[in-house]
Amino acid sequence: MTYTIEGKTGPWELVIGLEVHAQVISEAKLFSGAATSFGAAPNHQVSFVDAAFPGMLPVINRECVAQAVRTGLGLDAEIHLESRFDRKNYFYADLPAGYQISQYQHPIVGRGVIEIERADGSIRAIGITRLHLEQDAGKSLHDQHPSKTYIDLNRAGVALMEIVSEPDLRSPEEAGAYLRKLRTILRYLGTCDGNMDEGSMRADVNVSVRKAGEPFRTRCEVKNVNSVRFVMQAIEAEARRQIAVWEEGGVVSQETRLFEPARGITRSMRSKEDAHDYRYFPDPDLLPLILDPAWVEALRAGLPELPDAKKRRFMAEYGLPAYDAGVLVAEQASAEYYEAVARGRDGKFAANWVIGDLFAALNRTGRAIETSPVSPAALGALLDLMTDGTINGRIAKDVFEEMVASGDPPGEIVARKNLRQVTDTGAIEQAVAGVLAANADKVADYKAGKDKLFGFFVGQVMKAMAGKGNPALVNDVLRRHLA
Amino acid sequence: MPLAPATVRRIAHLARIHIADDDIPRLQGELNGILGWVEQLAALDVEGVQPLTGAARMALRLRDDAVTEGGIPEKILANAPERAGDYFVVPKVVE
Repeated sequence: MTYTIEGKTGPWELVIGLEVHAQVISEAKLFSGAATSFGAAPNHQVSFVDAAFPGMLPVINRECVAQAVRTGLGLDAEIHLESRFDRKNYFYADLPAGYQISQYQHPIVGRGVIEIERADGSIRAIGITRLHLEQDAGKSLHDQHPSKTYIDLNRAGVALMEIVSEPDLRSPEEAGAYLRKLRTILRYLGTCDGNMDEGSMRADVNVSVRKAGEPFRTRCEVKNVNSVRFVMQAIEAEARRQIAVWEEGGVVSQETRLFEPARGITRSMRSKEDAHDYRYFPDPDLLPLILDPAWVEALRAGLPELPDAKKRRFMAEYGLPAYDAGVLVAEQASAEYYEAVARGRDGKFAANWVIGDLFAALNRTGRAIETSPVSPAALGALLDLMTDGTINGRIAKDVFEEMVASGDPPGEIVARKNLRQVTDTGAIEQAVAGVLAANADKVADYKAGKDKLFGFFVGQVMKAMAGKGNPALVNDVLRRHLA
Repeated sequence: MPLAPATVRRIAHLARIHIADDDIPRLQGELNGILGWVEQLAALDVEGVQPLTGAARMALRLRDDAVTEGGIPEKILANAPERAGDYFVVPKVVE
C-alpha cells in the first residue's frame, strides 16, 4: 500500500530523500590535531588550521578516513580507492576560511543500501547515493547579546560524514525507520555516536509530492532537523504545504526551508537563496586520497557483526520471531545482554523476559541496559530456577522485582523468602480441600455447569498457598476433587 | 563568454564585497581580461589525457589520530575584531 495524503483533488504520494550529517568519532579533527570532545571552553580546541590563519595547510587524519571506509562497508557500498577534496565556498561567520573542505565529484564512498522494516514487517531496500567526508563549521550563539553573535570554533574542522539517500522513501514512517536504522548501523560500527540531541547526527530532508504514476515534481529541502520525530513531522508539514500550493493552481519553487517544531510548519530561508551557488573547485592544498586495497580489506575484516546479520542469526540460532530479534538487535548492548542470558537456555523464553520484564524495569527505573540492576547472569539464574521447577512463573515475577530493588541473586531471594514451589501433593490436597469446603455454593454452581469457576478455584488455592503451589499439580488435584 | 554587469554584482555579493555602481565597468573589464587569459587553455586538445592534480604524482599523506594542537585561545583570538570572554563577536547574523 502506497502512503498518500488526501488533498482536495484526491490522493498525493510523497517522495523523500535524506542527507544525514554524522559526526565522525575520532580524537582529533579531520585536518588538524585539535581535539573533538564535546563541551570544552570556547575556542580552546582550535588550531591555526581550524581558524584559517593564512599559510596553514590541512593534513588529513587517517582514522577519520578509516571511519568513513568502515561506514561505507557497513552500508554495503562501493569504496572508491581514489577520492578528492573540493572547496565548497560560502560566506558565514562560523566558517573562517570562507569555504568548507568537502568532496564533490569524487566522494570516498559510492552507492550502497540500507534495508528498513515497515510497520507490516515487510523489508524495503533504500538506496544510498554516496557518502563523503567534510569539515563541520563552528557554532554561532545568537542568544548572548541583543545585536551581536558569538562564535566558538571548537567544532570547526571536526570530521563529518554526509550520507545521502536516493529519493526512495515514500512516507514519514519510512523516513523515521531509515534514520533509526542508519543510527543503529553507525553505533554498531562505532563511527558516529548517533546522538541527535548533541547535534552529532543531523538531517536535511528533501520532500516533493506527486500524483500516482507521475515523474518527480519540484522538491524543497528542509534544513537541519535534529530528531527522528521532527523529521517525520517536517515531512508531513512540508508535503501538506506543497499539496496546498499545487491545488491552488500555484507552482512549488525549489528552495531551502526551516522546520519550526513549535508551530508544526516549515518556512522559507530567504538568506539561502544563493546557497546553492557554492562554486566548488578542487582544493589545491590536498592531493588525491588513495587507499590501499589491503588496508580496506583489513578494515572490513575488523567490522563487528551488523544488525541485519545479527537479527538473522538470532532467528536461526535462538528460534526467535523476526519481531523479537529486531527489538533485541536495535541496540548493541541489548543484543549482548540477550545473548548472555540466552546462551545454553531456551531462546524464546529468554527473549520474553528480556523484552518484557527487563525492558519494563529499565524503563521504570530510568536505567540503561549497561547499568541494569539485574545482570544477565542473574536473570539467567532466575530462568534456571523456573526451568528446574524450583519456583513457578508467578513467583518468578515477584523474585524479579525483588532483584531489581535489591540487586540480590534470585537463589538467595527464594531461600530468604521461602518461595520454593510446593510440589508436595499432600499440602496441595489440604489447600484444595479447604478452599472447596469454604466455597460450597460455588462448587455446586460449578457442578451445575459454570465451568468458568475453575479459574476462581485455582486462584483461591494459590492464594491459600501464598502463590507457591505448582500450577500443574494444583490443576490436577482440583480437577480430581471437582469431578 | 564575457561577464555581464549583473554577474559582476552577483560575484561581489557572494564574496560579501561591496562595490559601487561606478566601479562595475572597470571590474567587468578586469574580470573579462582574466577570464580571456585563462580561456586560452581551452585551445589545448586534452582528449584522453588524465586530469593532473599536482606537479608530482603523489598521494595524500595521512596523520595519526592524536590531539597535538589546541589550548591556545589567546593566539586564536588575537586578531578578533571584537571578543567577549573567549568568543569571537560579530554583528548578529540570524535566520
